Amino acid sequence: MTAATPARGPGPVPTPAGAAAGARSVLVVGAGPAGLAAARAARERGASVVLLDASDATGGQYWRHLPDSRPSANERVLHHGWSTYRSLHEELERDPGCETVLGAQVWAIERADAPGTAAPVAVHVLVGPPDGSRRVGRTFRPDALVLAIGAHDRTLPFPGWDLPGVFTAGAAQAFAKGERVALGERVVVAGAGPFLLPVAASVAATGAKVLGVYEAGRVKGLVRGWLPKPWQLIGAAKKGGELAGYVGTHLRHRIPYVTGRAVIAAHGTDRVEAVTIASVDADWAPIPGTERRVETDSVCVSHGFTPRLELPIAAGCDLTADRFVRVDEGQQTSVPGVYAAGEITGIGGVDAALAEGEIAGHVASGGSARDTDLAEAIGARRTFTGFAARIEAAHGIRRGWTGWLEDDTIVCRCEEVPYGRLRETREATCGSGLRSMKLTTRAGLGICQGRVCGRTVEELLGGAASDPAASAPAASAPAASGPAASVTTDRRPIASPLRIGELAAGPDLTRSSTTSNVQKGHP
Amino acid sequence: MASDVVIVGAGIVGAACARALAVSGLRVTVLERGAAASGTSAKGEGNLLVSDKGPGAELDLAVYAASLWPALVAELADELGPAFPELEYERKGGLVVATTEAGSAPLLAFAASQRTAGIDARPVALGTALELEPWLNPAITAAVHYPDDAQVQPVIATEALLASARNHGAIVRTGVEVTGATRDATGRIVGVTTTDGDVAAGAVLIAAGPWSGEVARAFGVSLPVRPRRGMVLVTTRMPHRVFHKVYDGDYFGATQSSDAALQTSSVVESTAAGTVLLGSSREQVGFDDRLRVDVIREVAAKALRLFPFLADASIMRTYGGFRPFMPDHLPVIGEDHRAAGLWHASGHEGAGIGLSLATAEMLVARMRGEAAPLDAAPFGLDRPTLAPHLEEAA
Repeated sequence: MTAATPARGPGPVPTPAGAAAGARSVLVVGAGPAGLAAARAARERGASVVLLDASDATGGQYWRHLPDSRPSANERVLHHGWSTYRSLHEELERDPGCETVLGAQVWAIERADAPGTAAPVAVHVLVGPPDGSRRVGRTFRPDALVLAIGAHDRTLPFPGWDLPGVFTAGAAQAFAKGERVALGERVVVAGAGPFLLPVAASVAATGAKVLGVYEAGRVKGLVRGWLPKPWQLIGAAKKGGELAGYVGTHLRHRIPYVTGRAVIAAHGTDRVEAVTIASVDADWAPIPGTERRVETDSVCVSHGFTPRLELPIAAGCDLTADRFVRVDEGQQTSVPGVYAAGEITGIGGVDAALAEGEIAGHVASGGSARDTDLAEAIGARRTFTGFAARIEAAHGIRRGWTGWLEDDTIVCRCEEVPYGRLRETREATCGSGLRSMKLTTRAGLGICQGRVCGRTVEELLGGAASDPAASAPAASAPAASGPAASVTTDRRPIASPLRIGELAAGPDLTRSSTTSNVQKGHP
Repeated sequence: MASDVVIVGAGIVGAACARALAVSGLRVTVLERGAAASGTSAKGEGNLLVSDKGPGAELDLAVYAASLWPALVAELADELGPAFPELEYERKGGLVVATTEAGSAPLLAFAASQRTAGIDARPVALGTALELEPWLNPAITAAVHYPDDAQVQPVIATEALLASARNHGAIVRTGVEVTGATRDATGRIVGVTTTDGDVAAGAVLIAAGPWSGEVARAFGVSLPVRPRRGMVLVTTRMPHRVFHKVYDGDYFGATQSSDAALQTSSVVESTAAGTVLLGSSREQVGFDDRLRVDVIREVAAKALRLFPFLADASIMRTYGGFRPFMPDHLPVIGEDHRAAGLWHASGHEGAGIGLSLATAEMLVARMRGEAAPLDAAPFGLDRPTLAPHLEEAA
């Protein structure tokens, strides 16, 4: 039989009541710094804007805060750029031409059937709490789409990392910023990258004692990465200010910051009781004989960030060699009408995200990157050009880390796949392709769909063997050669889980082209 | 060193042929442009079905294949040892149901025709159907139980066949794309050119699934195999509540149709990992792999007709693949009458996992000049039903 096709054809275009009739419609996904800036810039040009975010508040990971129902006088202290957030948030909340939809999960993006048709993509969304009763389906076919969905933090596995009390640094910071609850009494922060500093600061602000920040990058590596153009960093006044703030916090709390060390194991029965910290060489291989046991009740670990690529990939956007979304000077991706801003285009921090968001929103609503009112944003973006490369050079994951894995270290936590099984299967199948390895071992096939372990599995299986430059950062190594190179763990056509009943029901067509009754701002 | 046989493609058909040929003592090289088991073999459910085929050559091949699987699974487990992942072979049986009054009589008539071909196809009353599948929608109008339907994890099966082929001396090279044929003075194909040098061979076998037409073209011949896209939805893990391969009688219509438009029919089954797979759709849209929400919506809606409890189950993943579709619905197994030295094993559409072993046995017999286990003529490239399509593709 031939299918009825209710979801195709001319579809709902978001037109909040306050926008001029016939205005260009811009859909912004992600209400962190980049998304908020994009929404405001698009509104300034008169576009009709819908801003989606999966969480129950705007601000993103960066400006995660207590709900308005329990406001804190401390937000200004805890958050860099808090006044920037408040002004963006309040301006958009007041603006009837911007509809903010919270609790909005984008679960799929469909590409247009032919280039040049009116809408570049169809964006399928479910609105409501994921664990609540039926969510409402909505489908958007905007004139322009701005993706500002950020990155999630990447944690390398180590023996004991699955014990309670071991947190990703992102979870720890969310806990500290969003709940104001101390993680523990004696906290170890470890991993790599400048993000360790704000995490330690947030954790310390909850009253926990941070025993130390252990950065795997060596001093020489850090100097090489940060020092070639230190004036760029300091000259970027806000970034300098942000770092100075963290350093000040660290001094106040007397937190030791040690480089060339890594947590190589966590110990405990019901929860973490201690960790083993070892010196690592420039390739991050643990140096035997340097192990030291530290009693602790909480460990926060971050080894960098992985951009959330499933939506850009679904939209058909090209990626760069180091697997961020490729954009032009106006933040447009390789797909006309689809723009990207913030961490999915390169890890650049909050100020870069604000600048990119402003440019994306401006151009998405019909402006040009050459317009004079963008000059400041263009300048700010330029300041942070190369920031991601410097972070990668100083803190990028090095291949030697696999030296701390044991055969029984769980690599994929969803499906409980230990390192030893991956190794055995790789040997038994002569190091087959990523897809085969996933389906054979089930690594990356669980509920998180490889968001936690995907790149780790790729590196354990493929990348290492094919890259002759052993000292090159592992994250930028190609997964494989030939057609299989396009197979990565980043592709997830179903971008977030949905119930079969929700899928079968389809979008609520009665609400499609009118202003929704979804509450603006906080619920 | 020259090979006796070069096989193009390391999917399950290429892998099964490689193993069977290597076990028979031939020197085999498998060339795969991507990774092993990275195409169609990794995109299906692992069906080993007799229930979906009407009497005829394909059903005969399926029955023969079904007889080969249990022994093969045992042999591979023995040979590869406990470190190799299990093939998850399970003779779980199929339950085919009709969900409409109009669908009931055709389903029962189809089952009766299969029984004349020796298939164990048992019409069951609603009560029995609900004993077999307690969560099934009781509003079904007819049900037929096929105890001989089975399932295997297709990627592990492919890898196991390749590992065994290697144990028997086969060489498997991945990331090597075949770009053309080398010929001797008489025009006979005596090897292939690749992106990584030439490989000499006594015979060349194309087992590249839906890409076989492309490979044949590089060799200067036509093969009317086309991609027919399918989408499968995967749920999160859940307690085991679907015990057989359960599908809607619509499936026959979809598999036997040549219509290029979208068709969906409901196929629901559990995997050893605890997920439930929902299939399946059939569309002829070339190698377009873009997600189509209307397609997966329809798959979801039809699955709910069989198992209403699934409404609250979560979909976490979807995957799509391309079945190698032949215009007359039969695979091509055997030599190419137009090009000496060239052989084919492709066009199995959605049945390649199950049929792979039987295909390999047929092929070994033909290549070694021995008696084939089944009449080979229906699978010949020179069969009358394919003649108009060969001209069309030439």
